[in-house]
Amino acid sequence: MPWDRNQMAARAAQELEDGWYVNLGIGIPTLVANYVGDKDITLQSENGMLGMGPFPFEGEEDPDLINAGKQTITELPRTAYFDSATSFGMIRGGKIAAAILGAMEVAENGDLANWMIPGKLVKGMGGAMDLVAGVGRVIVVMDHQNKAGDSKLLKRCTLPLTGTGVVDRIITNLGVLDVVDGGLRIVECADGVTEDDLRKATEATII
Amino acid sequence: MTKIYGTAAEALDGLLHDGMLIAAGGFGLCGIPALLIDALVESGVKDLTVASNNAGVDGFGLGKLLDSRQIAKMMSSYVGENAEFMRQYLSGELELEFNPQGTLAERMRAGGCGIAGFYTKTGYGTQIGEGKEVKLFPTGPEGQPEPYILEQGIFADLSIVKAWKADATGNLVFRKTARNFNPPAAMCGRVCVVEVEEIVPTGSLDPDHIHLPGIYVHRIIQGAHEKRIEQRTTRTREEA
Repeated sequence: MPWDRNQMAARAAQELEDGWYVNLGIGIPTLVANYVGDKDITLQSENGMLGMGPFPFEGEEDPDLINAGKQTITELPRTAYFDSATSFGMIRGGKIAAAILGAMEVAENGDLANWMIPGKLVKGMGGAMDLVAGVGRVIVVMDHQNKAGDSKLLKRCTLPLTGTGVVDRIITNLGVLDVVDGGLRIVECADGVTEDDLRKATEATII
Repeated sequence: MTKIYGTAAEALDGLLHDGMLIAAGGFGLCGIPALLIDALVESGVKDLTVASNNAGVDGFGLGKLLDSRQIAKMMSSYVGENAEFMRQYLSGELELEFNPQGTLAERMRAGGCGIAGFYTKTGYGTQIGEGKEVKLFPTGPEGQPEPYILEQGIFADLSIVKAWKADATGNLVFRKTARNFNPPAAMCGRVCVVEVEEIVPTGSLDPDHIHLPGIYVHRIIQGAHEKRIEQRTTRTREEA
């Protein structure tokens, strides 16, 4: 059985090490926070916060306290607030150990596309380009294939890029792959998925 | 000389002209200068270029200035919450310059600091880097060269920002994540107008806890703010 969203998030949480400062993207990456367990992880929200807490209890929402997805959140004893220039200073400056992000496409050379579908979707990159350019490790969590069954792990991205050669590791519903010289390397298969299944579902070169 | 004005319209009096560049604070609808935006709508000033991370939502925040067709160009990183924006952009009525969020913040900060340009890795090899100067710096492992692109500081004609508290000299304190783009946006304007929830007596703010010194602030208004939540997310006590 391929992994579901929560299993992918739980697998991604294993990537995080005690003491890390981490930025989680919108979607499945947000769920990773539920699986960090006892590890001392400080979450950064790029709109200006370190030490992001859980959603507030009903009735305790504060419009002045949101995350980068504009969701209401809470603060923790360790929380610090700062402005957007400082926030991206720590991102660009390599102070954030890892970012876990969603993707539309990843190429075998580590190129990432996750911000725009020309003619269809005009939303913007937000902080994604800064994150992939600056953080220590970029981990992508995504479905292996699109709804039509086509691989989203490609030889070359077809969509406008978010960054070139930036992805370190990919966690999909079918398994875990690393970007290495010459293509992708299988690290792990999801429960009940064989290496052969993974290869058949992947357009990118698997070495 | 007082920096305190009675209304948003009075605070903007004499500062507006068609075709001007305005830097606005806020992230989504959090910490936006909503009263000053309303006054801009009332003023009728047009052909504006607005540097702001987002473009408001339909009918609120900068969305009002889009509805009234007063904005010619936006400089933003994310505009996904606004259907009228999308319509004007796709029909060619509105120009859009996408900026990576950190690049936009740093362009504002740099402009406010008298820095005309800076090199960043962000956007290299993407559409954002096209046509921009590329320079190699030895920042890689063992001093290996890495490519950076040149980005320019933003020097705005006017900054409009929202803070929590101000004293009469314009020293500002922000609240939680409503700080966001407000300090860099405030810094990059030739003139900065700020709206606050409360003007407190000078001397009552701890000088060690001022987030933005009053030198950046020229005009202040106090007003009642409608604070909207875009994504209300909660948990139940049983989950905790």
